[in-house]
Formats: sequence, structure tokens, C-alpha cells
Amino acid sequence: MNAFDYRAPRTVDEALAILREYGEDARVIAGGTALVTMLRQRLVRPGCLVSLRDVAGLDRVDATNGALSFGALVTHRQSETSPLVRERIPVLAETFRRVATVRIRHMATLGGALAHADPNQDPPVTLLALGARVQIRGAGGSRELAIDEFFRDYYESALAPGEIVTGVTVPVPAAGSGAAFVKFLPRTADDYATVAVAAIVTSDGDRCRDARIALGSVGVTPLRGRAAEALLSGERMSAGLLEAAGEAVKGEVDPLSDHRGSAAYKRDMAAVMVRRALTQAWEAARRP
Amino acid sequence: MTRVIRLSVNGTAHEVDVPTYRTLLDCLRNDLGLTGSKEGCGVGVCGACTVLVDGKMISSCIALAVFADGHEVTTVEGLAEDERLHPVQQAFVDAGGFQCGICTPGQVVSAKALLDENPHPSDDEIREWMAGNLCRCTGYYKILESIRTAADRSRA
Repeated sequence: MNAFDYRAPRTVDEALAILREYGEDARVIAGGTALVTMLRQRLVRPGCLVSLRDVAGLDRVDATNGALSFGALVTHRQSETSPLVRERIPVLAETFRRVATVRIRHMATLGGALAHADPNQDPPVTLLALGARVQIRGAGGSRELAIDEFFRDYYESALAPGEIVTGVTVPVPAAGSGAAFVKFLPRTADDYATVAVAAIVTSDGDRCRDARIALGSVGVTPLRGRAAEALLSGERMSAGLLEAAGEAVKGEVDPLSDHRGSAAYKRDMAAVMVRRALTQAWEAARRP
Repeated sequence: MTRVIRLSVNGTAHEVDVPTYRTLLDCLRNDLGLTGSKEGCGVGVCGACTVLVDGKMISSCIALAVFADGHEVTTVEGLAEDERLHPVQQAFVDAGGFQCGICTPGQVVSAKALLDENPHPSDDEIREWMAGNLCRCTGYYKILESIRTAADRSRA
């Protein structure tokens, strides 16, 4: 690792001031699981690390108006074990439970996972399916972005230099909906997924009122399976429809070939995993 | 670019002047002479560097030493009381939970963290918790047995 200044402000305002002072030479750090690894590999060489670890008030999960609001410093382990998250949005607690190992989940934070914008991570996939909103603060004030607008490219988010993710709001899925998160792990349980899928469907009798499908590890950002969603909307659920939805996803993903599989293989597996996620979500939606 | 940090390690207060880029693992091993925690992969995957910070297990190879400022760290050296091994350590000895030994400090610290949180885990819960601690001698059955032994003894 290179030598750098380390600053540990107590408030977001102080953190923003330090970011202004150092400009593009500063990096924000929270849990450090991604950034310290990148520092050790000399992929980044910042002049200053601005730690959010001592900033108060960003480590809570609260229920607000049909949604849960997460501070940016909530760890993955907190989200996994929070009674509030497990009761209101169980698919999100389950997604966090499936990330890496307990050690990593004790360290990694929600805000860090978003700012890192690694398309192979799990939480962004489920947050995308749930329609989360991301709170951001910068020198110019606060703004909120739909998570669909947040991921821009490979390890690139909509965060401007000097901006910080401060929180995430996740709507509680409507009554009559069911959700599932599945991931394909051909190597080890703590590996990045070859394909990860989150699906949320709302039933109207035996019809699918609507569906939201999101995928990870099959493109430069986490992405929505919009063609598959459109196919399902308003239709009577059947094995054939689920099959067609899986096939539709193949045209929407753009995976990279790597040691977790060739692009062609990942595209095929995306269809399989979408079908499985939808099947589980539909069963959950129909459960009385 | 150094920083003075104050931390408690295994109940003893320390004040250390560390370079900001020092990992917690290097601080424990090189500054404090606690060489029980090992560096295996160096990227948070293998578990050989597992320590507890405020009771929560983390990978000390990808934590900066400055993160521990004002916190309590527990390493494998802090488990035994005088000459008496911690029950988890004793169970690893009795059930043969190690072979070459390099992963053992991490295994033992992780197992202690598990039993602190869940004193009587199922085998599946043990497996899931311990999934991040690799043993390249592949002695996993004995490790599982060791943890089960420690849990059973605490029930007696």
C-alpha cells in the first residue's frame, strides 16, 4: 500500500469538507473490504482516505412509511440479522446472508457496496428488484436517486466526485407479492456468483399482476430483465410462461467470459436462474 | 503519515504509532509481537488472520490498524487463561482438530465467536459459520467434531 493521510471525521459535513480539500486524491472508506484489498493490490493509490467509520447516526435501520430506511454504515451482518429486515423484507435479509462469509459481512457496509459499484455483488441485485432509492450528499446538498439510475458502468456509479452515499430506502413489497433471491455458485459458497437473480412478483389470482427481475454478474452493472418483466405482466402464470421469461433474459444480459464461466454459459445459466427465482417468488406470492 | 492509535488487545491497553497503511494484522504481529494470527491469502478469503474486534470476527489482513483505534481486539493469544486452554482450544486438542496448524488460530477464534453467539449450533450452522476458514490439509470433519465437542461440553 502507498502512504496516505487518514482522516476520521465525526459528521457527514466534516467528511464532505475534507473531500473538497483533497479533491480527486481522496477516497472514502467505510468497511474497507473492497478498498483495502484494492489498496493492497495497488489498484488505487489515494493521497487521503476519508473514513466514515466514526460518523454518528448512519448505522441504523428504521421503519418509515411502508419502507425501511438504512443508514449507509449498516453492515451486511446487521441487515442479515435485523428482526425488522427479516420480518418486513425477508428476501433482503436472505440476500445479505448469502454474501461471502460472516467475517466479511461484519465489515462490509451497504453504502460501501453501492459506491463500489462492482457488478458481481449480491445486495445491489435485490435492491434493484425491490426498487430501492439511494440518498446522496455532496457539497451542493442532498439528492435521491432511484437505484435504476445509480449504476452507470463497470465499477462506476452516478456519484460525482466529493459525493457520499448516506442511506438507502427500500419499499416493503406489497401484500400479495412474493420474492426470491437465487445465485449460482459452481465453486465455493463464499465466491462471487456466476449469475445472481432477484425476482419479485405480485399475484392477482392465477395471473401475474407484475414482476420485477434483477440480475448480477452478467453485465457491467447489475441490470433489470425488463423484457421478461413485460412478458409476465398481466399474464396467466404457467410453466411455459416461466420458460419464455427465462429465454427473454438471454437477450438482455451481456456477460464477460472469465474463470466462473464463458459468456455463453452465463447467458444460458441466467435463463435457468431467472426461471428458478420466478418459480420460488410465485410460490411465495400464492402462499396464503 | 503515521497516527497514534489506542486499542485494547486481549484486555491490555496499548498505544501504538502506526503508519496509516498498516493492516491490523501487521500491527498485531509486528508492532505487538502477537504472531498467532497468520497471513494466508491477504485478501480476506482464507480466515487465517481472523480476530475479534468488539467481539465480532473480522479479517485483520484487510482491516487497517487505524480502524481499531478505541476498540477491543481479541486474538488467539487472548483465549487461554494462564495455563488453562479455552474450552474451544481444549476441544481442538482432544478431537484432533488440526494437522499442520497454520489455519488453527483462525479456526479457533472463529469457533469461539460462533459459540459466544450461538452456544449450541446445529452441524449446518457450524458449517455455514466456518465456511470462510480454509484448511488446506482438508481436516474439516475433525474441525466440525472439535466445535461440536466444545458445544456439548458447555451443556454438561
